[in-house]
Amino acid sequence: MNALESVGRATLRFLEYAGGLAALAADTAGYIVRLRVRVVEMINQAYLLGTQSNVIVLLTSLFTGMVISLESAVQAVQYGFGNVVGGAVAYGTVRELGPMLTAVVVAGRAGAAIAAEIGSMTVTEQVEALEALGLSPTRMLVVPRLLGLLLTLPVLTVFADIVSVGGGMWVAQAVANISPQDYLTSVRQTINMTDVAKGLLKTLIFAAIIVLIGSYQGLTTRGGAAGVGKSTTGSVVLAIILIFIANFTMSFLLFR
Amino acid sequence: MTRGEPIIELQDVELAFGDKIVLSGLSLRVPAGMITCIIGLSGSGKSTTLRLINGLRLPQRGRVIVKGADVCGLSPAELIALRRSIGFAFQFAALFDSLTIGDNVALPLRENTSMSDEEITATVRETLESVGLADSVDRLPAELSGGMMKRAGFARAVVTKPEIVLFDEPTSGLDPIVTHLLTNIIIDINRRLGATVVVVSHDMQSVYQMADRVALLFEGAIIAEGTVEEIRSSDNPIVQQFLQGRDQGPIPL
Repeated sequence: MNALESVGRATLRFLEYAGGLAALAADTAGYIVRLRVRVVEMINQAYLLGTQSNVIVLLTSLFTGMVISLESAVQAVQYGFGNVVGGAVAYGTVRELGPMLTAVVVAGRAGAAIAAEIGSMTVTEQVEALEALGLSPTRMLVVPRLLGLLLTLPVLTVFADIVSVGGGMWVAQAVANISPQDYLTSVRQTINMTDVAKGLLKTLIFAAIIVLIGSYQGLTTRGGAAGVGKSTTGSVVLAIILIFIANFTMSFLLFR
Repeated sequence: MTRGEPIIELQDVELAFGDKIVLSGLSLRVPAGMITCIIGLSGSGKSTTLRLINGLRLPQRGRVIVKGADVCGLSPAELIALRRSIGFAFQFAALFDSLTIGDNVALPLRENTSMSDEEITATVRETLESVGLADSVDRLPAELSGGMMKRAGFARAVVTKPEIVLFDEPTSGLDPIVTHLLTNIIIDINRRLGATVVVVSHDMQSVYQMADRVALLFEGAIIAEGTVEEIRSSDNPIVQQFLQGRDQGPIPL
């Protein structure tokens, strides 16, 4: 009976969370469709969440591209496939690793910041104060963050792709003597703009996951400082898991 | 609405959070244009009662009628309109900590009115002057003392000149001088704006000074109601124990 009760409670908690998240997503979409957007705040959030994440995103991408190239270049040259290294790095980066790693890094940095900031506002009654003033917390807090990240995550991803492929090119030349010209020719022959566009399409879903999970965790925070910590951790963990699931699902649908 | 007519009515309200019953059969009429103080023990549901009035909480049973409208039957748009006509000063001020005091007070004007920037600036300055914070327009909430934060919260609550203003524990945790100052500001808001004021407090000196009507909330219901004199002369042992702050008596501790 206890086990059944536990399963029942866990199911109810899951349904409550999923329902709340869906309601928040619908509410947010409603404000965007009706153009009830605070433009200045949106630009501010684009800077805070997106632009300020550029260093960590670019560093992560640079070393990821370099390590893929390092692992593949020497082997490829040994087997006479040195001319496909650029394509291999670009293929993996543009279609999968670029969008996903950028999203994971931003989830860790910006998603945590969203959950912590909104969570602190919740436990100090600032969210309730917004409601008391007749203002919607969704419109005031969630919409600007979502639009800000929808604008910046694709741009960050493009830069991440370029830096990753560029890092791979440098390592390929340094460790396997693959010329930049051969490397770039391979890149051009392997990927096209459709791959890039599909990769960027993924980032829009990832941005929505990061902001909606962070915001929902923040808005449902209970219990003071400890609650804010719990919400923040939960936001990062859940967003990363959902990013991986969404990435697989979209790759299955887009690239199959 | 003329002074003295009921502008807020709570009828047989019941509310529980999970298994915990907070309000049980609470009925209260708040007259327009007057200061009504709700007193009671900590955790007795006073703050929850304030949140029922502006629809931040909805009762599980009973009715909450504000300005003739049943809060439970309002559409989301009507509820927002109602909230915009009610000022709410929170116990811990609940100022937006990323905004300056000026921007905190300006927010409801920027978002809820079509006033120009010049009009908003003038109104914010005038409102902050009325609570003695004219010099704090550009300061952040973290740079203010507790009493100043409460005054900034008052300013934000009244800047749109609402018909009803709700104060949640406006003097808790403050020294007697600041308490006196805040009490006078509440009286001034009532007189100057003609606003109906509902104050939740257990600071009896402050209540005696400002209240036109007093209601004692105990075990989820109003057990005594009247003018300050009527409450002070009540022969209800619970009222007397509460007013005298005795630990012996019918109130379980």
